[in-house]
Amino acid sequence: MNAKKESKKPPKDNLVHFSIDGRRVQAQPDWTILETARAHRLHIPTLCFHPAIHPWGSCRLCVVETRLNDKVEVTASCLTKPVAGLEVLTHSSRVMNVRRWVLEMLLAECPASREIKELAAQYGVTSTRFAILDPEEECLKCGRCVAVCHEVVGVQALTFGSRGVAKKLETPYRVPNNACIGCGCCVSVCPTGALQARLDTVRGDLSRRTGHGFAH
Amino acid sequence: MKKIKNTAGLQTLRQTLLEAQDPEMPVVRVCLGPGCLALGAEKVARAFKSAVRNKKIKARVQPLIKGTGCHGFCSQGTLVSLSPANLFYVRVKPEDVAEIVATSLEQGRTVERLLYSDNGARYRSAAEIPFYRAQQKIILKNVGIIDPLDINDALMAGGYQSLAKVLTEMSPEEVLKTVEVSGLRGRGGGGFPTGYKWRRAADNARENPGPVYVIANGEEGDPGAFMDRSIMEGDPHKVIEGMIIGAYALGANQGYLFVRHEYPLAIHHFSIALRQARNRGLLGKNILGSGFDFDLQINRGAGAYVCGEETAIIASLEGRAGEPRTRPPYPAQEGLWGRPTVINNVETWANVPHIMEKGADWYTGLGVPHSTGTKIFSLVGKVKNTGLVEVPMGISLGALVEGIGGGVPGQTHFKAVQTGGPSGGIIPYELKEIFTDYHYHPEEFIAAKKEISVDFDSMAQTGSIMGGGGMIVMDDHDCVVDVARYFLRFLEEESCGKCLPCRLGLKGMLEFLNRFARGQGSPEDIDALESLGQALVDGSLCGLGRAAPNPVLTSIRFFRDEYLAHIVDHKCPAGVCRDLISYQIDPETCNGCGLCAQECPEACITGKKKKLFTIGQEACIRCGVCQDVCPVQAVQVA
Amino acid sequence: MALSLLLIYGEKSKMREILMKTRPQDLDSILENYPRRPQHLIGVLQDVQAAFNYISPEHLARICDHVGVPVTQAWSVATFYKSFSLEPRGEHSIKVCLGTTCHLKGGERLAEACERDLGIERGQTTADQRFSLDTVKCVGACAEAPVVMVDEDYLGRASISSLKKEFKRR
Ligand SMILES: Cc1cc2nc3c(=O)[nH]c(=O)nc-3n(C[C@H](O)[C@H](O)[C@H](O)COP(=O)(O)O)c2cc1C
Ligand code: SF4
Ligand code: FES
Ligand code: FES
Ligand code: FES
Repeated sequence: MNAKKESKKPPKDNLVHFSIDGRRVQAQPDWTILETARAHRLHIPTLCFHPAIHPWGSCRLCVVETRLNDKVEVTASCLTKPVAGLEVLTHSSRVMNVRRWVLEMLLAECPASREIKELAAQYGVTSTRFAILDPEEECLKCGRCVAVCHEVVGVQALTFGSRGVAKKLETPYRVPNNACIGCGCCVSVCPTGALQARLDTVRGDLSRRTGHGFAH
Repeated sequence: MKKIKNTAGLQTLRQTLLEAQDPEMPVVRVCLGPGCLALGAEKVARAFKSAVRNKKIKARVQPLIKGTGCHGFCSQGTLVSLSPANLFYVRVKPEDVAEIVATSLEQGRTVERLLYSDNGARYRSAAEIPFYRAQQKIILKNVGIIDPLDINDALMAGGYQSLAKVLTEMSPEEVLKTVEVSGLRGRGGGGFPTGYKWRRAADNARENPGPVYVIANGEEGDPGAFMDRSIMEGDPHKVIEGMIIGAYALGANQGYLFVRHEYPLAIHHFSIALRQARNRGLLGKNILGSGFDFDLQINRGAGAYVCGEETAIIASLEGRAGEPRTRPPYPAQEGLWGRPTVINNVETWANVPHIMEKGADWYTGLGVPHSTGTKIFSLVGKVKNTGLVEVPMGISLGALVEGIGGGVPGQTHFKAVQTGGPSGGIIPYELKEIFTDYHYHPEEFIAAKKEISVDFDSMAQTGSIMGGGGMIVMDDHDCVVDVARYFLRFLEEESCGKCLPCRLGLKGMLEFLNRFARGQGSPEDIDALESLGQALVDGSLCGLGRAAPNPVLTSIRFFRDEYLAHIVDHKCPAGVCRDLISYQIDPETCNGCGLCAQECPEACITGKKKKLFTIGQEACIRCGVCQDVCPVQAVQVA
Repeated sequence: MALSLLLIYGEKSKMREILMKTRPQDLDSILENYPRRPQHLIGVLQDVQAAFNYISPEHLARICDHVGVPVTQAWSVATFYKSFSLEPRGEHSIKVCLGTTCHLKGGERLAEACERDLGIERGQTTADQRFSLDTVKCVGACAEAPVVMVDEDYLGRASISSLKKEFKRR
């Protein structure tokens, strides 16, 4: 993504000048705060962001505090574009409060995931006060697989069914979907490896597939 | 129906219609609003119809709203008003109809016993009743008076006059300016300045030519509010007129009415209103000969509270699941099909024709600075006069609940008022007296005030919001922990589940509250709950999650003692939380009828007929059935 | 309810017209009303739900074909919104209001009593397909709380005993 951006090289005065944690940074006009931070090698944790797909904004781990004049906000850095003069704080107390709670809740949501445990430990979250429904669960419903299948592969083999707490990653009628072309993109973008374990609930009979393309 | 070709034609038609009216013709208006319907208004209307038909007297049964929408005074339903006699009957039962027809319609006398009476005074007409007298009906003026299924009625009441004025006398820019100057703020909950929203959409459309859309938000998901419903059902033409005017200002040619599917009558009334407006040439191509084209389409919501959120409405209109997306870009920048779109609440739209008719100055004269105009509230819960009220903004909370609402029956004061629905908060009685020094208000205005004012900014000061206008009055028998839990459960069910803080956070907050309601937890848990609430406020993607902790946070803020009573003393002071109460039969009152023993699902009530019954506490699941069925209120909460 | 009101005013012909419009007998006539565009997915689903009381797999497939969306998208829509059912519903629908006012006035107890009486949980249908029990969030008759809607009728100030009578009557 960065390579693409750099090749455009708009004139210098087009850059957006702002600061992240007190450091002055410059962003290309269409960069988000997260992209700018990454370009400057500043760390902001993410889970649902993936450069191959449109930012979806579901995990909220990437939140940052922004200040402009009197206006203080906490927003998702993967979705927010900076404006000139913005002050961004990536580790303020409000930000850390959101992250810690998200991680603590994730420990209950996908207790089987090693990746989540490690990430939570980095923020000092090692146990959870919330009820664990399924000790085997790894999926955090970040939506990367759904997005990559739709946006990149051009198929819609899997989706989210139901809403709210009942939200589930599934295929229509919860049977393997013949629209799946078996490309494995979803498995490769999954941050926790949840999809590896459930690939067979998605992938139908490849010889009878109804989707397009020959990606495998 | 003949098409009206131009504005002169509209005036002629109105004149003809008005002249054709026989002022002597008696009109009976039966409220068929949801409140009255639940009390059998349907039977009353039918009785009138047949009584009049059988007697062949000269009366036209004109139900004021065919089906629903309401006259406001729901606690006194079924309401029947007679004109030109200007009589207002309350609590009318089908059995009363014959008497009304014989006495009032035929002999022109009054049926005294059906008049509204309070504190010994009887009131002949609605206008005299204190409940109505303190109100200022502007948006609701026609609701309850005109027949929503007949555009002629609306035309006679002045409908589409503002449209005619706008199309002939004003440029789109002038319309925009007028809305801006009027200070109109969105009635959907956020209180966002409407003029500013429109201006942004108009600017975006100019920079980036193409279609513009207008949408009326009739989702009204707040459980306990029915203002929008009554407008849509009672005066659909006002909303339509407002939208045409808005479309004219913005250069939009297509609009959508997004109505929740639980309101079938609103949908029905809108569809008839649209057809009649089209036939009259008030909608469609070349409206009133002005060359301006605009049409409207109805879309039914499919059952999701979150579909009241603007970006979720757009997703819904595009045929997708109603998941909100991040803003910016705002709909005014990139809305439906990626085009600038203005979404306003139906009440907001209904304000527009009035502003155009009487001018921005008149409008700013209503209400208080920064919150102009009137607002409709649905006043419900433990209050004497429940119903819909329209008052100028800035009225004090006390005047609204205790004055118009008549206070809590049998108690000296209310405990708290829950405003703004699931996104709002709980305002305690004490704040009715405390004055908030809100810097938006001019000094003298603050100085004159003792009570919290019902306007956007003052309400926000308390941590609540004015929201759509739901006002639920709570008394001493309502537990704040239980109410907070109720809203969380509601929101947990309604969360779209896209973002983590909302999907998991609501569940997590509920887990905390469930523990409290069982008398478990520690005082530190209250602090943890507050901090989790703050994480939702900061971390959530859309307004649902960002506002969801409000009921919990405000109730902790004002009623921490009650939380502590649950956790530390294991008591629910209001006697609501099931695990902390027990039911007891008062030996003094029990008449030994045995109904409770019959109904108890666990069969844990024992006793002999005509003697005292007792509840076996071990087996009791505290379902409360015994209390509900006891004819002498002998079952008490301990 | 609109229909019953038209009945009161003797507008039978109008009623039939509405009946014909909202309750077509077959899927084809529903589909005919809608252009073949993805944005009409929800509208078609609503009409099918109204006409057949649920959306069957065959219907879902044909709807997707008509409006041109993958079944996956229709699935996410049909499971997201509460008004769609993918399983057949009962003959009579019982909706206990759990809006704020009804909650304060004992709606929850009523809902539990219904569950006990009908032997089903909310969201379910009795084995004999007679009743479906649901909860709704405010039907706009708060002044008469607690309110239960049985089919198209509002029951105001409902109690457990009045409900039992109502179930027997149907
Ligand atoms: C979760 C959520 C639910 C909402 N529900 C409604 C609603 O039921 N009715 C409504 O008019 N606005 C509702 N809104 C507000 C709308 O998003 C939007 O701000 C409003 O329709 C704009 O119109 P207004 O400026 O006229 O208020 C809701 C917002 C959120 C975040
Ligand atoms: S399977 Fe993986 S990629 Fe897909 S939603 Fe779950 S965690 Fe995200
Ligand atoms: S990375 Fe930004 S919300 Fe997930
Ligand atoms: S429903 Fe009749 S007055 Fe409200
Ligand atoms: S809360 Fe039940 S009707 Fe409004």
